[in-house]
Amino acid sequence: MDSVVVKQPRKKSKWAKMGKEKWLYLMVLPGLIYFIVFKYFPMWGVLIAFQDYSPFRGLLGSNWVGFEHFQYFFSNPDFLRLLRNTFILALYDLVFFFPAPIILALLLNEIRISFYKRAIQTFVYVPHFMSWVIIASISYVFLTTSGGVVNELLEGLLGEKINFLSSPDWFRPMIIGQIIWKETGWGTVIFLAALASVDQEQYEAAIVDGAGRFRRLWHVTLPALRSTIVILLILRLGNFLDTGFQQIYLMSNSLNRSVADVFDTYVYFVGITEGAFSYSTAVGLFKSVVGIVLIVGADRLAKKLGQGGLF
Amino acid sequence: MHKMHNTTAGRIFDFFNHIFLLLVAIITVVPFLYIVAGSFASETELATRSFFIFPKEITTDAYRYIFSTNSVIRSLGVSILVTIVGTIISMILTLTMAYPLSRRTMIGRNVILNLVLFSMLFSGGMIPTFILVRSLGLLDSIWALILPLAINPFNLIIVKTFFQELPKELEDASKIDGCTEFQTFWRVMLPLSKPVIATFTLFYAVYYWNDFFQALLYLKDTTKWPIQLLLQQLVMVANVGIGDIAEASLYEPPEESVKLAVIVVATVPILLFYPFLQKHFAKGVMLGSVKG
Repeated sequence: MDSVVVKQPRKKSKWAKMGKEKWLYLMVLPGLIYFIVFKYFPMWGVLIAFQDYSPFRGLLGSNWVGFEHFQYFFSNPDFLRLLRNTFILALYDLVFFFPAPIILALLLNEIRISFYKRAIQTFVYVPHFMSWVIIASISYVFLTTSGGVVNELLEGLLGEKINFLSSPDWFRPMIIGQIIWKETGWGTVIFLAALASVDQEQYEAAIVDGAGRFRRLWHVTLPALRSTIVILLILRLGNFLDTGFQQIYLMSNSLNRSVADVFDTYVYFVGITEGAFSYSTAVGLFKSVVGIVLIVGADRLAKKLGQGGLF
Repeated sequence: MHKMHNTTAGRIFDFFNHIFLLLVAIITVVPFLYIVAGSFASETELATRSFFIFPKEITTDAYRYIFSTNSVIRSLGVSILVTIVGTIISMILTLTMAYPLSRRTMIGRNVILNLVLFSMLFSGGMIPTFILVRSLGLLDSIWALILPLAINPFNLIIVKTFFQELPKELEDASKIDGCTEFQTFWRVMLPLSKPVIATFTLFYAVYYWNDFFQALLYLKDTTKWPIQLLLQQLVMVANVGIGDIAEASLYEPPEESVKLAVIVVATVPILLFYPFLQKHFAKGVMLGSVKG
């Protein structure tokens, strides 16, 4: 609403101010260039999903094909398979992994000997820092049917071996088992912090009221974790499609691919290995768009539940 | 510490709880112990005994073999180089970008912040990034392991929030002393940020050390493979040996223990720094849970 006369000197002072703070802009510049080159150029590159991209003709010279790749993908049986695999893995993760750190944190919280507690924590945090290659390698060493520890044991007990590494039936339990083994310990950190901030007076009041240990756990400790649990649950729903690429890539092979393939690994195999750039970009774009919808939905949900939103 | 009203049921629970957690700790650590033990064991012992923590006879054949070939040493070199150079670059970019963004009065700050936030929501994805890296001529260059993911936007936002919460009076005081913004950042802000710098240095270093996917995507040249990718090929891709045939004739390659030894070699740096990692990563989780 300002008149031109007022606006003019203001604009000048804005430039003057920016000039005075030139160091700030110089400092922000390298990072900004990074974001523009490595994050925003590829966003523009997503346009090849609507082309028959040819590396020789480039983004500007390739033929436009509209939604052809998307139509092909949605009518392809691969689509339902990927959706199913992703959904089942995410659901398993939610049901079997998500509660694990909460339970472990509650159990750790009941330990009164602080030395013992710290020692246990030190051990269970270790796998979090290991790469997926290490975890997958250890899994191969233990689970292989040719002399792996687990199968030697099974042969002794049951008289037969189980081919965990290439059996489609065992793929999902194996993936979830690895996640539980790698991340449960570390996952307790955030819950233990929440537990440490519980007001001790609440416990004392509960004791005065005659509450036993399990009732205190139910009525004081668990409610203290509620908001942390809700926030993490919402975040997880926002990232529902993000099954760990590295882990799944490492554990999948030609024998279990029917259940192992998820969107990310499919994009890798079809795009990088087979060179179908446009088609695989379309698949990736579909996943990104669904991802945004989920995150924005999760954010709305968080606000509705009075958690203040994710951003 | 609240007073315990210990009932019999409570004591029984405590007993089983201690045992259970001990079991959890053992299940977590024992696989690593087996890998280490196996890497020092002879091939015959590995073939005949199904599980052990203490090898009957200790041999360093596996280690002598892997260090007699070029590939493991070369891969370790690549990993160390990428970890050091990558961490330095990531930290410089993250800190220098976070500081200006922490200054609420900076004109254009919100535009840049939104640019960063949007990149966390939506990305071009694997293939467009691959095409970009290729057209920048970075394929088969170790820069491809560093540049495409040099700034982690989550880390950037957390560091920005940290700077934002430092007392504003410090900036004003150094301004009066005639410092430029960069001098304020360098002489006043950074010395106050040592714990945060330590935390994120370790975050980035662990990321660079552990990553194999960037190498899988961008490096066809096996002489530039970091240790993680070499390990993956060795353990998971059948019939891939290490070292050149001429070299291999020096030793009879103890196949199984070599795999275990490479796992150990790829893990050792993480274990060396583990006490710091445990402390600073926990701090990072706490910093991250405070919203900016």
